[in-house]
Amino acid sequence: MAIKKDKVDAVIVGFGWTGAILGQELTDAGLNVVALERGGMRDTPTDAQYPKVIDELEYSVRGKLFQELARETVTIRHTPNDLAVPYRQNGSFLLGNGVGGAGFHWNGMHYRALPEELKLRSHYEERYGKKFIPDGMTIQDFGVSYEELEPHFDFAEKVFGTSGKAGNLNGKIVPGGNPREGARSSEFPTPPLQNTYGATLFEKAAREVGFNPYPAPAANTSQPYTNPYGVRLGPCNFCGFCENYGCYMYSKASPQTTILPVLLKKTNFELRTNAYVIKVNLDSDGKKATGVTYIDAQGREVEQPADLVIMAAYQMHNVRLLLLSGIGKPYDPKTGEGVVGKNYAYQMNGAVNVLLPKGTQLNPFIGTGAGGVSMDDLNGDQFDHGPLGFIGGASIRHIRYGGRPIKMTPTVPGTPSWGSKWKAGIADAYQRYMTIGISGSVMSYRDACLDLDPTYKDAYGVPLLRMTFDWHDNEYAMLGYMGDRMEEVGRAMNPEKVFRAIRKKGTHYDTRIYQSTHTTGGAIMGTNPSNSVVNRYLQSWDVSNVFVMGASAFPQNMGYNPTGVVAALAYWSAKAIREQYLKNAGPLVQA
Amino acid sequence: MSQDKEPRRRFLRQVLAIVPATTLATGATLTQSACSSDKSAAPAASTTPYEPKYFTADEWRFVNAAVDRLIPADDLGPGALQADVPQFIDRQMETPFGHGKLWYMQGPFHPDQPPEMGYQLSLVPRDIYRHGIAACDAYCKKQYNKAFADLDHATQEAVLGDMEHAKVEFDSVPARTFFSYLLANTKEGFLSDPIHGGNKDMVGWKLVGFPGARADFMDWVDQPNVKYPYGPVSISGKRG
Repeated sequence: MAIKKDKVDAVIVGFGWTGAILGQELTDAGLNVVALERGGMRDTPTDAQYPKVIDELEYSVRGKLFQELARETVTIRHTPNDLAVPYRQNGSFLLGNGVGGAGFHWNGMHYRALPEELKLRSHYEERYGKKFIPDGMTIQDFGVSYEELEPHFDFAEKVFGTSGKAGNLNGKIVPGGNPREGARSSEFPTPPLQNTYGATLFEKAAREVGFNPYPAPAANTSQPYTNPYGVRLGPCNFCGFCENYGCYMYSKASPQTTILPVLLKKTNFELRTNAYVIKVNLDSDGKKATGVTYIDAQGREVEQPADLVIMAAYQMHNVRLLLLSGIGKPYDPKTGEGVVGKNYAYQMNGAVNVLLPKGTQLNPFIGTGAGGVSMDDLNGDQFDHGPLGFIGGASIRHIRYGGRPIKMTPTVPGTPSWGSKWKAGIADAYQRYMTIGISGSVMSYRDACLDLDPTYKDAYGVPLLRMTFDWHDNEYAMLGYMGDRMEEVGRAMNPEKVFRAIRKKGTHYDTRIYQSTHTTGGAIMGTNPSNSVVNRYLQSWDVSNVFVMGASAFPQNMGYNPTGVVAALAYWSAKAIREQYLKNAGPLVQA
Repeated sequence: MSQDKEPRRRFLRQVLAIVPATTLATGATLTQSACSSDKSAAPAASTTPYEPKYFTADEWRFVNAAVDRLIPADDLGPGALQADVPQFIDRQMETPFGHGKLWYMQGPFHPDQPPEMGYQLSLVPRDIYRHGIAACDAYCKKQYNKAFADLDHATQEAVLGDMEHAKVEFDSVPARTFFSYLLANTKEGFLSDPIHGGNKDMVGWKLVGFPGARADFMDWVDQPNVKYPYGPVSISGKRG
């Protein structure tokens, strides 16, 4: 018999970025809110202590802050006809766990969306014609515009204390920033972080080739800063232990460093950790959620009734919970029918690596999570795709994360992987080998999707999520082009040698190698119930008192890192809940 | 050492300036302990040789011989043996990693999947080493009438290379899989913080010029292309 808790106004499932944002907004509106986090409590003094946190083996290699795969993972297959097998060890993506979620151990790359990305299908059809989009590519518009999201992009930057330089202020191009960005209503809250030596070399070379490099927007504050909630952040000190770690300097924006000091003190808010939600409960006709059921730290089933359910878990977990709860029609890749699990997407990354002359001192250990030099000349639709024949682009950048010795001591290709030659190889490359990173978009396709695995279960016996994903020709073409263009930039740096690290057509998605934790889709937003799981306010079409946050709403993925869009969508959804839904509960968009 | 003082003080001032009052005591104590001198922080040097907890005597001989070839001492400096890498690996066998507790290990297992699908064996690291060492020693005895540890360096390197490139086959564990863990763990032991038992005297960090747990470069980010002047420090506050 499940334990039944007292009913609350709203229950939030998952307590990372979007859970913290919705918690703050809904308690502000006067609601009694309970947040349920499957992991434990995490905070800066306890989980990011200096010097204990400066431990690469413990954090980056053994993954101290990541989801415990032993308890819960996903299964993966390349096509709907393959057998899916478990993602047994961390590789391709690093899922978060605990309070703050991946927002506690991310880099802090804080981009908005380029305006055209949010209306991708209609933009491409208009500029290049309907036939330009290949069969089987299932991209669509988000259903919300850049202009509508702008105040929320802006506010999220202010909450995060993001460092950067505007390039387009209210439609006017201003020097020093990104001329390709959508119009912004205000400057970044803190100025750009200082460039490392490598970043200055990339900037100079990119400019020489004719591109428009700009200071990468980083949710690593460059100076002491107090955000709109009154929470203070300190300046980043270039420690080189950012992603995979909590920030001991209180510089990297995380729920802990920006929202929780205020939210956790509120009397109308309660956080319960070690609460693993297994189901959103529905009423008898399946039209309304009555709350959620979770398993507590002792393994007991607990029912938490609520008027409003906010699904704020990570992208994959949101989709899994929808499927486990029977909300929305599951997607079937064979027929193309159904929506839950549809349009899973990822990012296609590559690099051009540059070996600078002997004697160069990059001092690679001087690093930040997100500060450096970025360029968008080949991102979104900022260049003519007509003659190129592919869709999408890449956010290209040099950001030095650090020179951590186990995972960041590369050798140039061709060096033996052990013995004296390996020793000589890492000693030689450490100070003079740098990367131009290419973070490429991935479109959505009919055969890339998520559903429940028929065989494998989590520690509680609940089915795992099953991912079906492989690369498509469009993305190989995109990445190949980016590689060509970046080789030009690499050569402009007058290096000893340039190495191309670009995935070749015919290779398959490799789950072993870290690529990015930017998995998207599966609970996509859109303009009507036949093409999406949630409406433009992230409200479930099927169960109107369920809202689903996060990158699960992206109909396809972009070259940029997703957190800026995820945060803006959360604020946008919260505004709709506060101003419309709470006054008149029911569908905010008529189907 | 005196050259360190100034940036450290500046760093302390920065830290003290920004941490919220509730965490001030902890923050300051930890920061100071990491900056303390050799004398106060370093434990008394031990003269007793390390006794492996997981590996048997024969396995221990294998591990010592193998890591010595994977990262040898040479004119660039000490190698894995001098860095106490065998001790590191033995200690790792007792951790959740060694027991496979960091991995999803529920069946069914499908080891015949393409390599892109990732690790699909039912073996945990402790098994991989136990089976791998036994199989490699058996192979060496059959081929050369000696255990791996008793072979000359050139033959040892040839055997390691054959495992790396799957030119030998073992029944109990794929040779390439065993080699990949042996190599990865050896590098981890050479390059991780000494707190885990390897990287003795921070020799791995000195090879590349990594300054360890300093983790504050606000005073050097504006010195482009200039050699960083300070040596490594460890989490426990020792200087390399």
